[in-house]
Amino acid sequence: MNRTLVIECRIVRELDVAEARRHAKQMAESLRFKTVRVYRLITAVSELACNLCFHASDGGVVRLSTIDMDGTSGIEVVAEDDGPGIADLALAMRDGYSTIGGLGSGLPGTQRLMDDFAIWSERGRGTRVTAVIWNR
Amino acid sequence: MKVPILRLGRILLTSVLADLVDEQAVQLQSEILALIRDDRADGVVIDISGLDVVDSYIARLLNETASMVRIIGGEAVLTGMQPLVALTLVEMGRETLDMQTALDLEAGVAVLNNLIAAKGQPPTIAAPHVDT
Repeated sequence: MNRTLVIECRIVRELDVAEARRHAKQMAESLRFKTVRVYRLITAVSELACNLCFHASDGGVVRLSTIDMDGTSGIEVVAEDDGPGIADLALAMRDGYSTIGGLGSGLPGTQRLMDDFAIWSERGRGTRVTAVIWNR
Repeated sequence: MKVPILRLGRILLTSVLADLVDEQAVQLQSEILALIRDDRADGVVIDISGLDVVDSYIARLLNETASMVRIIGGEAVLTGMQPLVALTLVEMGRETLDMQTALDLEAGVAVLNNLIAAKGQPPTIAAPHVDT
């Protein structure tokens, strides 16, 4: 699998979220993603970037890469922070659970929107979400 | 930048165009509530035709606004959601939006007027029956 990092967005404020989303949209459109998939991607990027804003103490970074596997292109989103980490991952992935009075559909929702999804988190060290959407 | 709120008779109209940041959202919410209370507006139509992403944060904000309005006795209707936004929202999860919706602003005003009219009729209380 080939991976090319296209852009790294530092997410601290809510305005940075819009910036990350804009880049994601541009990438997906230039790869000629179907519109439905463009919307899925930008919504997922929005969720992940918002999480960095609201949960990680000093924000974090969103890295957007184009990937290629056996001739199929895709976009990989990595959202990473060195914030407090997630105490209970299984709970965080459950629908309707939120520690900040949110809807609790952010992480499980992102997983449903994207084709591949992985999450790593360690208390006191940070959280990293990797999500991929393919152009198909 | 403030989100403008327009008035049409006893109805408030507002349009969320760019993405709201938290402070703008709180300001919008309190302004709607103040207008309903002080200026005797009956409800609000919130148009989101300019949004191409409704993530769980925006959804929560809209839900919150609607329940605040209902709690103080008003009504709220959401209008103009783009079809692809609706599709994505449903794919993302169940029950993310919990408020009255309508296709566009015009339909939204009609829905809101109906809601208000339905509420406006006080239940008829039968006069106590007195035995003679």
